[in-house]
Amino acid sequence: MSNIIEVKNLVKKFGDFAAVDGASFSVQQGKIFGFLGPNGAGKTTIIRILTTLLKRTGGEVLIDGKDPQIEANAVRHSFGIVFQDASLDDELTAKENMDFHGILFKVPKKIRRERTDQLLKYVELWDRKDDLVKNFSGGMKRRLEIARGILHHPKIFFLDEPTLGLDPQTRNHIWNYIKNLNKLEGITVFFTTHYMDEASRVADEIAIIDNGKIIKQGGPEELKKITMTNSLEDAFLSLTGKTLRDEDASLSERMRDRFRRRPHR
Amino acid sequence: MIGSLGQPILFLIALGFGFGPIYQKAGGGSYIQFLAPGIIAMSIIFTAIFSGIEIIWDRKFGFLKETLVAPVPRLEIMIGRTLGGATVATIQGLIVFCLAMIVGFRPVSLILLMPAFLFVFFIALLFTALGTAIASVLEDMQGFQLIMNFLVMPLFFLSGALFPLSSLPAGIKIISYLDPLSYGVDGLRGTLVNGTHFGLGVDFLILGILTLLLLALGSFLFSRIEA
Repeated sequence: MSNIIEVKNLVKKFGDFAAVDGASFSVQQGKIFGFLGPNGAGKTTIIRILTTLLKRTGGEVLIDGKDPQIEANAVRHSFGIVFQDASLDDELTAKENMDFHGILFKVPKKIRRERTDQLLKYVELWDRKDDLVKNFSGGMKRRLEIARGILHHPKIFFLDEPTLGLDPQTRNHIWNYIKNLNKLEGITVFFTTHYMDEASRVADEIAIIDNGKIIKQGGPEELKKITMTNSLEDAFLSLTGKTLRDEDASLSERMRDRFRRRPHR
Repeated sequence: MIGSLGQPILFLIALGFGFGPIYQKAGGGSYIQFLAPGIIAMSIIFTAIFSGIEIIWDRKFGFLKETLVAPVPRLEIMIGRTLGGATVATIQGLIVFCLAMIVGFRPVSLILLMPAFLFVFFIALLFTALGTAIASVLEDMQGFQLIMNFLVMPLFFLSGALFPLSSLPAGIKIISYLDPLSYGVDGLRGTLVNGTHFGLGVDFLILGILTLLLLALGSFLFSRIEA
């Protein structure tokens, strides 16, 4: 089984500060891979580098055998992503959002139509396909983003905190969608989360990052055995320590806060 | 859209009828005729800059992220976004034009309406590109407030939209001459009312060159966005 994501000695510096400080890990094709770490560990930075949104300072990255910095467009065809913050167009309908994605990713019209119908039914939003997204709940938006993210048949599916803030029913549904996609279509899933119990139940392999470095990689059971703990959460705490990670609110967090208090739209 | 029409209409009515008699007495003729092109330009640039600046929000919380991971050249995204914003700003300008007619404004010639429309579109394009360029570099919406107060307002007030440029003190006149909007306003006034300060040809040329430059700058800065 080959590695569909290869990261060797990845470095990303912002000025003098090394957000990523020599991280190395690999993801096998077809696996569900959990990427865990405390706040400020470098998770989001690494995902942005893997998904062509940020340039790295050093090290090697191969996504499906290609370097995201050199062959950005080819790499973009091979992954789909659900961001932590919604990236839908609220003024369009669910179906229109799907169409837009298909056009952006150059999916042939016939395939786009069939796949849109298939995916909207899969995430159980078919009966709301002509409703405006701005009327959707958070859970519905997340489900739509999952459907949209894989419209173009990508090999890898990146999910940044996919169940953040959702009720248990929706969370359950979302993980079931993802697990089934992984089983039926063989999509490699790369996710981050703070919900350790979910990660424990779903992931084949887990990498724990802290201070810009990978401190441990292995299956959930393996990690529990190494740290002699009974849950992934305890294993995580054992490896990363229990001290609070106080840090200054990032710009995104400040903006997100302001947005919550005074909705922009 | 209705909300953003409020300010231009207010300016038109309040200033138009307020300063009208004084302007007339000073020998300038109808102030409404003089003012209307300036107010049309006002609605255009405020809409245009804002749609460019929306990128700051969109980048983190909105649809722009989706376009940044799509296998589409950044240039195409930027052009699409700029044209879209410019179209909205142009329509805004046209609506204000119609409203100005209701208040008493009369364009001087029907033939010149075509070039007038061109000026409207160029102003819209230039300032949407400017908004995009600024937004590509700013990370925080707070910076947007600064931009509004220290860039857009001066650009508007010193563009000859509200008062003639001919009798300004030398210092302010120089700034007005450096203001891209001055040429846009002058062009609009020239095609709608027949009284230009710089000459239509000059207006067109300078506006055209500046628009192209800003489009190039905007594309360059936009392509370097890292989400």
